[in-house]
Amino acid sequence: MRRIISVLMENEPGALSRVVGLFSQRGYNIETLTVAPTEDETLSRLTMVTIGDDHKIEQITKNLNKLIDVVKLVDLTEGSHIERELLLVKVRASGAQRDEVKRSVDIFRGQIVDVTSNMYTVQVAGTSDKLDAFLQALGEHTIMEVVRSGVSGIARGEKVLSI
Amino acid sequence: MELLSGGDMLVRALQDEGVDLIFGYPGGSALHIYDAIFRQKGIKHVLVRHEQGATHAADGYARATGKPGVVLVTSGPGATNAITGIATAYMDSIPMVVISGQVPSDKIGEDAFQETDMVGCSRPIVKHSFLVKSAEEIPAVVKKAFYIASTGRPGPVVIDVPKDVTNPADRFPYEYPEKLRMRSYTPAGKGHTGQIRKALALLLSARRPVIYAGGGVVQGDGAELLTELAQALNYPVTNTLMGLGAYPGSDRRFLGMLGMHGTFEANTAMHHADVIFAIGARFDDRVTNTPGKFCPGAKIIHVDVDPASISKTIVADIPIVGTVQSVLRDMLDMLRESGEQPDQSAIVDWWRQIDDWRERHGIYTAPRYRTDGALIMPQEVITAVHEITGGDAFVTSDVGQHQMFAAQYYRFDKPRRWINSGGLGTMGFGLPAALGVKIAHPDSEVICVTGEGSIQMCIQELSTATQYHLPVKILCLNNQALGMVKQWQEMQYEGRLSNSVYEESLPDFVKLAEAYGHLGMKIERREELRDKLAEAFAIKDRTVFIDVYVDPSEHVYPMQVMPNGSMRDMWLSKTERT
Ligand SMILES: Cc1ncc(C[n+]2csc(CCOP(=O)(O)OP(=O)(O)O)c2C)c(N)n1
Ligand SMILES: [Mg+2]
Repeated sequence: MRRIISVLMENEPGALSRVVGLFSQRGYNIETLTVAPTEDETLSRLTMVTIGDDHKIEQITKNLNKLIDVVKLVDLTEGSHIERELLLVKVRASGAQRDEVKRSVDIFRGQIVDVTSNMYTVQVAGTSDKLDAFLQALGEHTIMEVVRSGVSGIARGEKVLSI
Repeated sequence: MELLSGGDMLVRALQDEGVDLIFGYPGGSALHIYDAIFRQKGIKHVLVRHEQGATHAADGYARATGKPGVVLVTSGPGATNAITGIATAYMDSIPMVVISGQVPSDKIGEDAFQETDMVGCSRPIVKHSFLVKSAEEIPAVVKKAFYIASTGRPGPVVIDVPKDVTNPADRFPYEYPEKLRMRSYTPAGKGHTGQIRKALALLLSARRPVIYAGGGVVQGDGAELLTELAQALNYPVTNTLMGLGAYPGSDRRFLGMLGMHGTFEANTAMHHADVIFAIGARFDDRVTNTPGKFCPGAKIIHVDVDPASISKTIVADIPIVGTVQSVLRDMLDMLRESGEQPDQSAIVDWWRQIDDWRERHGIYTAPRYRTDGALIMPQEVITAVHEITGGDAFVTSDVGQHQMFAAQYYRFDKPRRWINSGGLGTMGFGLPAALGVKIAHPDSEVICVTGEGSIQMCIQELSTATQYHLPVKILCLNNQALGMVKQWQEMQYEGRLSNSVYEESLPDFVKLAEAYGHLGMKIERREELRDKLAEAFAIKDRTVFIDVYVDPSEHVYPMQVMPNGSMRDMWLSKTERT
């Protein structure tokens, strides 16, 4: 099963390598990983998407918790939550293609953020599924370059991950 | 406030932490620290002959005393040489603090002379690590390192110290922190009362219980309480390789070790158990054999200080996270308060069954090895040494057949007496570990049980024994082969002995010992075994290397059948299977 795990950790050099190291050492997989500072400068927040059965996820969270740099973590997929990923994509667009691409961008509520006479750079935010669907709608042959940010997530309602 | 250089601060912080012993080896990046050591008195530094020896010696010291072992090495090769010993301590959850010199901060990343990324190299085999960025950090880092290493599930912590940080020219105010606050680290304390109550109820309802106790009971100083519980319930106890001594080996409730080379009665009782009380043990693959076939009818209570150890390989029915001491104490209190007792007739039947297993194939009810041959049997060497030393020695070991014979036949009555590399299985551990133990317990008999293969992996420490006058006994069960490898090759590779024999290249260990200033003794004839051993053990003030030529064809039994065997599937001899 796909899980989104959010981790608050000490904003120390080496902390990230410990988390990533844990995953390779124990053979867990990481689908996406994002990390950035938080409002508290001593902490950074790491969000990762991983896939595994309940037993594996339990082991992952236990072992993450065991890392000294990890302050707190939550499996967002255990409750209702919001997830977003940002996509930047360069698309071939000339002649009649230009309108077609624009229509797709509108449907997916994306934005064209850069243009030349032969291409658009498009930005789309949403769930990973939505981004997958958008890329599929564009069609492989028109795509020149894809960058995805990896998933960020936050719980719905008043629940917060803080110390 | 006093002004100190980083090097002096480090040494002072160690003193303030109560450290009085360091095992180490100097080199460029560590020289400021070494100079600080020279100028002080409180800490004794033991110069080993190889950094691996330093880590194993500190490890042996830690296992024998419960206090963290401390190691000091230089950067680059000094640090990488320490890696095997750090991994050894990590696998067995031994508290250790390893201080490594590092190239100056401004050189890090430039492939400077003797630079290695020690924090990176050691990352998967440490509980935590620190790269010190400034001298002012040193007191807090040292405090944290010892706290982390010795609490919760203990383990090694590395402190990597760039040379500029210890520069004698730069001085800073020194104060050792009294208190420590770490928001990201809270080791487990007491177990959940409700869970403990449930566990006790299940335990009391058992008809075929087994207590399965591991190294956590030794490390967590829970042996006395465990013994009290087992005796109050009159339940059988088995110990893991790491747990030997957690329950008195000579008590009739002790079934012996379990697992790959466990006794017939321990493995069979586990297989048929209806309730298993696992404490301070981690269901290692050398214990469970095939997990899918592990103890089919058993409900499992699992107590451990590390939540990640629970339900890792075998799912626990009643998990309890807490220190072994607090959980056992709570359980004993509840047992006393409730006044309840197990079903006596069921337990009597269970004991009858176990005694029958013992009679049939137990290694303590009759010798299960040849006793009429001309050659010395390794089992009788350990048995004789057990007798001569009154079962009261500290025994370290290396890895191989000799290790298993020591584990099976030196029946440990007390915790912290059996000191071996169970998790990593590091050949070369025994001798330096014995030196660490001897420093901790100078008046006790310390024996390193080894093989002619293993001893050569850290043989250089014979020189350390000379320098610091550490009169240990080295008992080499010389079978002229990498015996355990050879056993597997004979059992699983139709006897193709690929690179497990030495072709007449073994050194003369007697002369070798003498070259280092020790006594060497060779025992080859069966009829002289006891007398010569007694003679060797009567010597108290010299390191004695006892090279005993044993039957090279002997295998360790029982041995669980692999792959796909259950706990009770065992070879009992070369020809006999359960
Ligand atoms: C550092 C290391 N290398 C290799 C091994 C694999 N190994 C396990 S037992 C063994 C043989 C040990 O020979 P010896 O010390 O003579 O003991 P014996 O089995 O003969 O009693 C070997 C090579 C190991 N455990 N550790
Ligand atoms: Mg050998």
